[in-house]
Amino acid sequence: MTFRAKLIFSTAVLALAAGTARADDDSVEVLHWWTAGGEAAALNVLKEDLEAQGIGWQDMPVAGGGGAEAMTVLRARVTSGDAPTAVQMLGFDILDWANQGALANLNDLAEQEAWDEVIPAAIQEFAKVDGKWVAAPVNVHSTNWVWANKSVLDAHGIAVPANWEELTAAVEALSAAGVTPIAHGGQPWQDATVFEAVLLSTGGSDFYKAAMIDLDPEALGSETMGEVFKRMDFIRAHVDENFSGRDWNLATAMVINGEAGFQMMGDWAKGEFLRAGQVPGQDFLCFRFPGTADKVTFNADQFAMFDQGGTVSPQQAALAQAVLSPKFQSAFNVVKGSVPARTDVSDADFDDCAKQGMKDVAAAAASGDLMGSLAHGYGAPASVKNAIFDVVTAHFNGEFDSESAVDELVDAVAIAQ
Amino acid sequence: MAIAPQESAVKTGRVTRFVLYTVLIVFALFYLLPLFIMVINSLKPLGEITGGNMMALPQVWTWEPWAKAWSSAQVGVEPTGLKPYFWNSIKMVVPAVVISTMAGALNGYVLTKWRFRGDTIIFGLMLFSCFIPFQIVLIPMARILGLLGLSGSTTGLVLVHVVYGIGFSTLYFRNYYAAFPSELVRAAQIDGAGFFQIFWRILLPSSGPIIVVCVIWQFTNIWNDFLFGASFASGDGAPMTVALNNLVQSSTGVKEYNVHFAGAIMAALPTLVVYIVAGRYFVRGLMAGSVKG
Amino acid sequence: MAQPQTAPDARTRLQTLIPKLVLSPSVAAMVVFVYGFILFTVYVSFTDSRILPFVDAKGARSYDLIGLSNYAKLFKLSHWEIAITNLAVFATLYILICCAIGLLLAIFLDQKIRGEGLLRPIYLYPMALSFIVTGTAWKWFLDPGIGLENTMHLWGWTSFSFDWIKNRDYALYCLVIAAVWQSSGFVMAMFLAGLRGIDNEILKAAQMDGASNWQLYRRIIIPQLRPAFLSAFVILSHLAIKSYDLVIALTGGGPGRATELPATFMYSYTFSRNQMGIGAASAVIMLMTVAAIIVPYLYAELREKR
Repeated sequence: MTFRAKLIFSTAVLALAAGTARADDDSVEVLHWWTAGGEAAALNVLKEDLEAQGIGWQDMPVAGGGGAEAMTVLRARVTSGDAPTAVQMLGFDILDWANQGALANLNDLAEQEAWDEVIPAAIQEFAKVDGKWVAAPVNVHSTNWVWANKSVLDAHGIAVPANWEELTAAVEALSAAGVTPIAHGGQPWQDATVFEAVLLSTGGSDFYKAAMIDLDPEALGSETMGEVFKRMDFIRAHVDENFSGRDWNLATAMVINGEAGFQMMGDWAKGEFLRAGQVPGQDFLCFRFPGTADKVTFNADQFAMFDQGGTVSPQQAALAQAVLSPKFQSAFNVVKGSVPARTDVSDADFDDCAKQGMKDVAAAAASGDLMGSLAHGYGAPASVKNAIFDVVTAHFNGEFDSESAVDELVDAVAIAQ
Repeated sequence: MAIAPQESAVKTGRVTRFVLYTVLIVFALFYLLPLFIMVINSLKPLGEITGGNMMALPQVWTWEPWAKAWSSAQVGVEPTGLKPYFWNSIKMVVPAVVISTMAGALNGYVLTKWRFRGDTIIFGLMLFSCFIPFQIVLIPMARILGLLGLSGSTTGLVLVHVVYGIGFSTLYFRNYYAAFPSELVRAAQIDGAGFFQIFWRILLPSSGPIIVVCVIWQFTNIWNDFLFGASFASGDGAPMTVALNNLVQSSTGVKEYNVHFAGAIMAALPTLVVYIVAGRYFVRGLMAGSVKG
Repeated sequence: MAQPQTAPDARTRLQTLIPKLVLSPSVAAMVVFVYGFILFTVYVSFTDSRILPFVDAKGARSYDLIGLSNYAKLFKLSHWEIAITNLAVFATLYILICCAIGLLLAIFLDQKIRGEGLLRPIYLYPMALSFIVTGTAWKWFLDPGIGLENTMHLWGWTSFSFDWIKNRDYALYCLVIAAVWQSSGFVMAMFLAGLRGIDNEILKAAQMDGASNWQLYRRIIIPQLRPAFLSAFVILSHLAIKSYDLVIALTGGGPGRATELPATFMYSYTFSRNQMGIGAASAVIMLMTVAAIIVPYLYAELREKR
C-alpha cells in the first residue's frame, strides 16, 4: 500500500472507529465490576447521592477476571461510539485510554475541590495525564498484607513475624506441627501478589521500583531477583498440595477455619473474616508482609471519565465530585476493606486493620514508599504485567528453577515491551 | 416415546442385559454428578460450605439461597436478584430463535429444491461460518451496530445471534430437505404452485422433527451466550448469563457459594426444560436430518 | 433440482428469481459479518495495533503495517506453542472418547432398554448447560482437597488419589473429562438416530447366515453409521476449537500455563494484554487450521451430493 493509500485507509478507519459518545440526558452510565455483596451495596451509596441531585444512574456491571471482562466490553462500547460516562479502571488502562484522547478533562472540578492536595502523588500519576485530571480515585488497597489466624499462632507460640527470617521460622514451626503454614490460591494474579510482596521485602523500595516499575533489565536479572525466586520456592514448599486454581476466598476460609496459619493477600480479604464474625486483633491478625512494614504497594480503583463530546457534562462532574466526597470515601471503604484515596478522611468509622492501613498509606506516601502494585496493573503496562505473571506462575508451578526463572523474566519483559 | 426402538434383530442374554443396565446406570450417575453437586450446595447454609462440607448432603436444608438469587441478591448496584434479567433473556432468545430458524428453513429449501449454479459453494461458505471464533467479531461487530444505531439494544443483540445462527440452521434444514422427495415439489410446480406455496403447504408441514432439533440447538446456544450479551446489551437489558456471571464472578467480594449455585441452576432451567420436553423428539429429528450429513 | 424448461414468461422468470432473493439476505450477512470480519482480522494482524484496532503502543490513533512480524513473534512465544500442542492433544482425545462413549451408549440404549425415556434426557442434558453454569461444580469435584479424592478418603478408601487438576502433566485430561461429559450424550443421540435408521431386514438376513452380535455390529451396523460419524466429527471439532468457557471455568489456563488453548490465548492477547496484533495473528492461524480440517470434508461431502 502506498503511503497515500494508507493514509486514506486509516483516515477512513479512524473516522469509523472514533465515534463520539452519546450523552444521555439526565443520567450517568457507569461500567464497573463491583457486582456482588457488600461492595455493590456500597456503590449504591453513590447512586443514591446522585439521585438526590436529580441525576439518574444507569448501571452497567460486568464482572470477571478482575475487570478483564469489563475492559473487553469497554472496547466494544467505545468502538460502537457509545462510551459510558464513567468506567471503573486500574492503573495503566487509564493511561492507555487517556493517551487515545478518550477521556474527559476534569481540571476545573479538580481545582475547585483541591484534589491535588488530598490525593497522594503516587496515585495522581495514574489519575492525571499530561497535567489533566481524567479519573476520580475511589480507594487505595494495599496488597502487601498478611492475614493470620490468631489462635493457631498462639497455640504454637508464634509471634507476629517482623522480617523474612522470623517468617521462615514461623512457617517451619507450623509445618512441623502439621498445620498448613500458608493458605494460597494458585492463580496467576495471586502468585504475583505474593511475588511482589516477597520482592519488596527482599530488595526494598528502590529495587521494587527499578524492577517492577522501571523494568530495568539489570534489576530484573540481578542476584537479588534470584534470591526473590528462591524465597518463592520456600513459599511454594509450604503451601498445601491443592493450592492450584483455588479462589482466594477459599484460601481465606482455610485461615478462618484454622486449617492454615497465614495468607498473603490484599486488604479485601478482611471482608471474609468480618463476615465469618471474627474480630481483628482477637480472632485474626493483620500485618504488613514481614520486611515491608513502612512500605505499601497499592491498587487503587478509579472511575475514569469518558469524553462526552468535548465538555464535562454537569452530571459527569457531579459523579466525579460525589466519588471524591469524604462521605462516600468513608462509607464505601468501610465496607470494601480498602482505605480512602483521600488522605484527609476521618478514620472514626474504620476497624483496627483499616486504621493501621490509613496510617501506613499516609506515611508511605510521605516517605516515597507508596508504590504501584504490579499484580494489579499499577506497576507496568498490561502486556508486561502478563509476561511477568507467566514467568512467576510457571516458576511457582515448577516449570523453571530459580536461576532460569531470572533469565526467563528478563527475556519475557524484553519481548513484551 | 416419539421413536420406539424397532424390533431389534440383536438378541441379548441375561448376563449381557445385567452388564448393559449396569453400564447405562453408571454413566447416568456420571452425567448427573455436577448437577447433584449444584443442587445440594444450593440448599445449604453458607457456613456448611465454607466449613469444608462441600460434597455431603446438607445438614440443614434451606430454600433461602434460591429466594435470594431470584429476588434479592446483589447483581450490580441494586439488589434485584436474577429476576429482571430472566425476561431480558426471553426477549432476546425468542425472536432470535424464530428468525434464524425461519431463515434456515428457507435457505435449506432453496439450496435443495431450487438449485442453481454455485449453490454448493454458497452452502459451503455458510457452513464454514459456523466455525468463526466469536472473539474476533467483537470489535468490528460493535462498530457496525454503532453505525446502525443498534448498540446497547435488544434488537442489535437479536441481529447478532441471527447472523451467527444461520449457518447451523441452514445446515440442519438443508440436510433434512435433501432427503425430502423432489417429485412432490415438481408435481406441485406443474400444478402451478409458487415458491412460497410449495414451502408452506408441502415442506413445512413435514418439517416438525428438524424444527425441534434446530430450535433446541439455537435456543441453547443463544441462551448460554455470554460474550455478545455482555458486550452488546445495555446494563439493565443484560441477559441472564451476564447477570449470573456478575453474581458469581465478583473478584474481591465475599462469595456466597450457595446463592451462586442456586442462581446457576435458575439460569440453566429454561434450557434444561427445553431439552427435557423437546428431547423426546430430538433423536427423531436427528435421525431424519443431520446424521445424513 | 432443475427448473422446468418451459417458455420463459414473466411469471417463470419471477419464479426463478424468488429463490435467489430469499437466499440473498443470508448471503449478504455472511459476506459482511463473517468473511468481511475475517478480512478485517487479517488486516489487523499485519499492523502494530495494541489496545484497539489501529491504535499503536503509545495509544495514539495511528498504526504501522509491520508485515508478518506479528506471526514471527507469535511462533516465538512458548505460550502459543503450548496452546497449540494442548489443542492437538485435547481435540484428539475429546473427539475419540466422545465418539467411543457415544457409540457405546447408543448401542446399549438400542437394546430395548426399560427406562430409555428417562436415561436419554439424563445423557443429553449436559449439552444444555454452559460452563458458566457448571464450572464451579466441576472445579470442586476435581479438586482433591474437597472433591472426589476427599470424599473417597472420608468413605475409608484412603489410598485413593485423583489430583490431576493440580498436576501440570495431567490437568489437560481434566478438561477432556469435563468436555466429554458435556457432549458425549449429544453424540450418543446422533448415533442412536443412525442406529434407528438402519434397515432391520439386512440385520435379520445376516443373522440367518449365522453372524454373531459382535460381527453384526462390526461388519454391518457400524459401517452404516458413517454419516453420523462425520456429523459428530464436524460438531465436535468446532466445539473443541472454540473451547474457551471450559478452560476459564475449570483451570483458568493453569496450573502454570498447562491448560492454555488457542481460544484462551487469542482472547488474552487481544483483550487482556493489549497486544491486539498478535491476538489477530493467532486468530488467523486458528481459522486456517479450521479451514484445513473442514474444507476437505465439505468438498468430499458436497461433491458426493451432486
